[in-house]
Amino acid sequence: MFFRYLARELRRRSKQALVVSLGLAVGIGLVVAVTAMATGVQQAQGTVLHSLYGVGTDITVTRSGTGGPPTGRFQVGAGSDRKRISRDQVLTSPGQASFDASEADTIAKLDGVAGGVGGLDLSLIHLNGKLPKISFPRQGAASAGAPTAQSSAVVTPGQLKVSTSSVAGIDTSNVSIGPLSATQLAQGRTFAPSDAKRDVAILDASFAKQKGLGVGDTITIGGTSFTIVGITSPSAQGAGSDIYLPLTRAQALAHAKGRINTVYVKATSSTTIATAKHAIMQADPNATVSTSSDLAKQVTGSLSSASNLASKLGSWLSIAALVTAVALATLLTLAAVGRRVREIGTLKAIGWRTRRVVGQVMGETLVLGLIGGAVGIGLGIAGAWIVTKVAPSLTATVSSAQGLVGPPGTGNPFSRTISVALHASVTPSLVATAVGLSLAGGAIAGLFGGWRAARMRPADAIRQVV
Amino acid sequence: MYELNDVTKRYGNGRGSVDALAGVDLSIGDGEFVAIQGPTGQGKSTLLQLLGGMDRQTSGTVVYDGRELGALSEGQLTRLRAHDLGFVFQTFNLIPTLSSCENVETALVPLGVHGVERRRRAEEALAEVGLSHRAAHLPGELSGGEQQRTAIARALVKEPRVVLADEPTGNLDQETRDEIVGLLEELWTTHGVTLIVVTHDDLVAMRAPRRMRLEAGRVHEELPMGA
Repeated sequence: MFFRYLARELRRRSKQALVVSLGLAVGIGLVVAVTAMATGVQQAQGTVLHSLYGVGTDITVTRSGTGGPPTGRFQVGAGSDRKRISRDQVLTSPGQASFDASEADTIAKLDGVAGGVGGLDLSLIHLNGKLPKISFPRQGAASAGAPTAQSSAVVTPGQLKVSTSSVAGIDTSNVSIGPLSATQLAQGRTFAPSDAKRDVAILDASFAKQKGLGVGDTITIGGTSFTIVGITSPSAQGAGSDIYLPLTRAQALAHAKGRINTVYVKATSSTTIATAKHAIMQADPNATVSTSSDLAKQVTGSLSSASNLASKLGSWLSIAALVTAVALATLLTLAAVGRRVREIGTLKAIGWRTRRVVGQVMGETLVLGLIGGAVGIGLGIAGAWIVTKVAPSLTATVSSAQGLVGPPGTGNPFSRTISVALHASVTPSLVATAVGLSLAGGAIAGLFGGWRAARMRPADAIRQVV
Repeated sequence: MYELNDVTKRYGNGRGSVDALAGVDLSIGDGEFVAIQGPTGQGKSTLLQLLGGMDRQTSGTVVYDGRELGALSEGQLTRLRAHDLGFVFQTFNLIPTLSSCENVETALVPLGVHGVERRRRAEEALAEVGLSHRAAHLPGELSGGEQQRTAIARALVKEPRVVLADEPTGNLDQETRDEIVGLLEELWTTHGVTLIVVTHDDLVAMRAPRRMRLEAGRVHEELPMGA
């Protein structure tokens, strides 16, 4: 009787039922789509952070300061052809001071720290081309703080090509922490502990393609020939370094023996990250200690805009839609119950208990809620799909001038821009939440309607007649 | 069956209050057929509500089968209505979305009768009022007389001890009216229920062995015809 009566009643006021369910569906759909988008943004953020510091890295330790002095020089050798030039200059990342490699071992022993490896991030500026007839001002270049600017001031554009690539010095004893852990090996092999003193290199896939290099080829950096043993692809476009070298080789290139400028730290568990951060800051007051959640706050660009859009505007919009839908459902239910005074009075007169009558009214709104929820989840999934299809890939800019670490990106050594695709993802828990919300919406409308029905008296069955 | 003692019912309070019943003394025996007549707005419906356990008196006592109804809880009154009392309304009061048979079944819902048994009893009751062929029809597809027959079947299906009818023929034409009164009378004889009919129609009241008038909130017994 319960279901038959319920179904017939809903069919009788099918138009109203449609409005109520559709209203709830729109509210739930917005919640689902917005949450799916927010989840997608969060995942994108995770991808960005992972691509910067590796999946295994929870904390990075750096020291702010001026970058190391240029260690290579644009020199034109005495015996070389004065009209042609091909030179490398290696410099440590600006805004980051280098420190002793033993720091990594000190940190690794601290509370809450599972492991720590040192890394040295370098920028490689490569000059290649023809010199103009005017002789190169040797004195000026040697004293220049910013050699790129200096050389372009002297050299007529187009004749001399300046390219920048990033080099990461990797502790080959443990590649599960640090920048290399963010990448996927596409070809060849990754570093092994025995590579520590070898002249081997791993190249980023797009860099390798651009240079026309593959596994087994060699690349000359600062006069040293490195054998390419592996090609990796980053987890997000624009992330990662161009060249990975064993730490000691990178140190040798930068004339920074025994120096590092980043310690990549893995905490014992996600709950000990804060403990570990605290311990590191106590052990080394000069250090800049960044956890992945700190870093998330410093990500700028369209990714953070999307994140703000999803979390602020989106959630307010969906809350507003949901509240409106529930209010509409409640009002329509109250009106519908109000029109059934005699019917409900009659049921009470023939002995139906208030509980049963209220249950009947609530059953109706719960079913409407469920229908609304089901349609809403469908709308939400469709919305999420459209967002994923239509949304341009998001870019995130992490500024290293703010004391953030990160291998300097190609083109701009001061910050790096990473592009990730947005996948609005509908998770099972989100679907469960949506079902819960729709039932709650139905229950709220039902409670009001039921309350009204409960207050009706059996005498109302007759009162209408008099 | 019923013992009413100096029953009053006042609606509202202060100067705007209305005494619908102003001291009713009444005794109705088991198995009686009583017609209560009187002009509109003189407390007929109020009296029926008190007899039906749907409302409470302001003062006095309404005793049904040894129990003072004013002292019972809502739950006890609901159970009493479900088990002992059958109602027939002027406007039929059928659930518009349920078929004739399902409407009859609603009376068995609070008694905990389920499924096949409930349907069987409802069909029996419909057969008794001569409406088997219309069992699957919705109230909107039935004539007024057929709707009231359904309502009578709904009142009878629970095998009540009392049937309370409020202007059962008020919304029916002459011919149908006689049909319905005849049916009520027949059921009274065959089921042995106590039948209390409120009506302002003399022709309906004539059929009752005992008639009383309700005027200005008081009950006056009328002598039987021809006495």
